[in-house]
Amino acid sequence: MRDHHPRPALPPALHRGMTQARLSRRGMLQLSGLAAAGFALSACGIGGQKSEAVDAEDFWAGKEETGHLRFANWPLYMDSERTQLKKFTEATGITVDYKEDVQENASFFGKIQPRLANGDSIGYDMMVLTNGMELAKLIALGYLAPLDHARLPNFAEHAGELYKDPDYDPGNTYTVPYASGITGIAYNPDFVDREITSIADLWDPAFEGKVGMFADPQEIANFGLLRNGVNPAESGMSDWEEAADALREQREAGIVRAYYEQDFIQPLTNGDIWMAMAWSGDIFQQNAEEGTNLQFVVPTEGATLWTDLMMIPVTSEAPVDALELMNFLYRPQIAAGLTEYIGYVPPVPETQRLLRERAEDASGDDREYLEELSASPLVFPSDADYDKLHSYVTLAPEEQEDFNSLFQAVTQS
Amino acid sequence: MVKRKLVPYLLALPGWSWLALFFVAPIAGMLALSLTTGDVITGFRQTFHVANYVDAIATYWEQISRSLLYGGSATVVCLLLGFPMAYWIAFRGGKHKSTYLLLILLPFFVSFVLRTISWKFTLSDNGVVLGTLKSIGLAPDDLAVLNSAPAVVLGLAYNFLPFMVLPIYAVLERMDPRLVEAAYDLYATRTQAFLRVILPIALPGVFAGGLMTFIPTSADYVNASVLGGTHNTMVGNIIRTEYLVNNAYPTAAAITFTLMGLLLLGIFSYARALGTERVMEVQAR
Repeated sequence: MRDHHPRPALPPALHRGMTQARLSRRGMLQLSGLAAAGFALSACGIGGQKSEAVDAEDFWAGKEETGHLRFANWPLYMDSERTQLKKFTEATGITVDYKEDVQENASFFGKIQPRLANGDSIGYDMMVLTNGMELAKLIALGYLAPLDHARLPNFAEHAGELYKDPDYDPGNTYTVPYASGITGIAYNPDFVDREITSIADLWDPAFEGKVGMFADPQEIANFGLLRNGVNPAESGMSDWEEAADALREQREAGIVRAYYEQDFIQPLTNGDIWMAMAWSGDIFQQNAEEGTNLQFVVPTEGATLWTDLMMIPVTSEAPVDALELMNFLYRPQIAAGLTEYIGYVPPVPETQRLLRERAEDASGDDREYLEELSASPLVFPSDADYDKLHSYVTLAPEEQEDFNSLFQAVTQS
Repeated sequence: MVKRKLVPYLLALPGWSWLALFFVAPIAGMLALSLTTGDVITGFRQTFHVANYVDAIATYWEQISRSLLYGGSATVVCLLLGFPMAYWIAFRGGKHKSTYLLLILLPFFVSFVLRTISWKFTLSDNGVVLGTLKSIGLAPDDLAVLNSAPAVVLGLAYNFLPFMVLPIYAVLERMDPRLVEAAYDLYATRTQAFLRVILPIALPGVFAGGLMTFIPTSADYVNASVLGGTHNTMVGNIIRTEYLVNNAYPTAAAITFTLMGLLLLGIFSYARALGTERVMEVQAR
C-alpha cells in the first residue's frame, strides 16, 4: 500500500519559510536556555550523583504498554500536522503528547539533569538529543534506558549500516537515530569566484575577514583536526592542542570574521561572510525556501556527520510505548514522510527511492520539491561523500573540560 | 495603637518576602556554589575553594575588563545622544512631550534579541547604511562595521538609550525654566547657564541614567554574540558558556560575583565623585 497523506497546499519547506523567523531550527531559542538552567539549579541545589548503569532485563521486566506517550523533540522536526504521529496512533492506539521542547542540547540537559538525579520523571517518556557531550554525560550517569532491540525489528531491517553500532553508543544500547546532518563548508558563489573544495580554503588569506566558523567546541575542533589530517574520531590530547593552534593561527591572521552559534545563513546570503562551516540541512532549506544558490561541499579532507538520536530516560513512564514509536518511525514510508518535511539525512536509505516515487506521482511545485529533495546530495550523500564523513570524537566526561577550554580559548577571545 | 504601628511593617512584608525569596536566597546559594569543587557527574561539594575566583580572574581578566570598557563606552555614547534628546523634549517638546517619550520607548515593544538582530542587517557590509554609502562613493568598498568592537558598543548604546534619556528627562522636566531666564538676566552666556545652572540640576538624572545603562550593558551578552566578531567576547558570554556548555557552575558563579564586585566598586567611586547627597537625592525621588 502506498500511503498518500494529505499534503499541505504549499511545499512544506516554503510553508515553513513563511511561518518561521529566520533563525535556524538548531538553537532557535538558545538564548532562553540560561533562564532554564538557572531554574534547574535553584530547584535542585547541586545535583550530580552517579547512578548505577541500568540492566536491560531488570528495566524491561514487568513494563507494559500504557497507551500514552510524551515525546520531546526539536522545533521543526515534524510537520505541524504531526502526520507521522497521527498514523502511529491509528496503527497502535497509542496517543502522543508531542512537545518541541528541545532547543539546545546543553540547556535541555541542564533542565532534566536534576530531576533524573532525583529519580523523578522529567515529563517526557522519549526525547531526541544529538550525539555529543550531553549524550556521553547521560550515558555515564546511567540516565538512559537500555533499549530492547527485540522490539525494534524495523531498525534492524531498515536502518543504514552507518547508523548501526556507532562509536558514541556501541551496539545502539541506548539510542537509535532520528535524523543526521553533515557539517561541511558552504560558500556563496556570488562572492567567491573559484570552486571551494577543501578545509584549507578556510585558511586562505585571500578570504581575510570573510570566513565564518562554528563556536561549538566539537564542531570547530573537528575542522582543525581534519585540516591537520587527523580523523576526529581517533584524535587525542596532542591532536587537539595542534588543532587549537591551527585555529588560533587562522583567527590571528584575521581570516575569521566571527564564530557563529547557528545564525550563519543570513550573513552568508548577504555577503558579510563568503564561506563558512555549515550544516547541510540548513543550506538545503535556505536554497529551497529563498531560491539562493549557496553551495555546500564535503571537503576533500573530510567532514563530520552528526546524528540526532531518539532515547528513553530511565524515569520514563511509558518506555514500551516509546519503543513502539521508535520502531514505527523506522517504517520506510513513515521515514520518507519525515524526510520530506525536515530535509535532513534520514537513517533509512530506502527513503530516497520512496521519495522519487512520490515525485513521479506528484505534480507542479510538489513534484519539483520532491525531485530536488530526493536528488540532493545534502539529504542523500553519495557513497563517495559518506567515505569522507567522520564521527565526532567520543569524549569521556572527564575529558570534556580540557577539550572545551582548549577550543573555547580560540572562539571566545 | 500597637496595631497601628505594625501596619507599615505588615504592608512591607510581601515586598520583603519577595526579595528574600527571589533575591537573597538565590544570591546566597550562588555565593556558596562559587566556592565548591567538583563536576556535574560527581556532584559539587562545598570546599570553600577560593581559588575558583583566582582561576576565573586569571583566565578571563581580558573579557572582564573588556566588558567594563564596552559598558563604559556605551554609557558615554548614551549620555552624548541622550542628554540633548532629554533636554529637547523637556524644554522644546511642548504639548507633544508624551508622544516623543513614547517614540523613545517604542523599540522596547520589540523583543531585545530581535532588535539586536535587526542591527545586524542594518550594519551589514552591503546593507542599508554601508551599501548606500559605498554605492555613492562616500565609503571605501571594503569598509566593514559588523563583527567589531564599535558594532557591539553601538548595539549596546542603542538597546539601552531609553534608560539614559528617561531619568535625565524626569529631572529636567521638573526644572523651573525661570532659573535659566534668571541666569541670562544676570548676563550669563549660554555656556555658563548650561554649565552652572542646568547641568548641576540635571546631575542626579545623569547619575541614575549612568547606573541604569552601565550595569546592564557591562553584563550583556546578546550584543557581543550577535554583533561581535573575534576578540569581542564579553564576560556575559563567558558566564553563559561556563554555565550552559561546560556545566562549570562554580566557575560561572565566581565570575558572576567578580563582575558584581567590580560593578559595586565602580558605583561607589562614581557616587563619591558625584557626591553622595546626590545619590540620596536620586533615591529619594
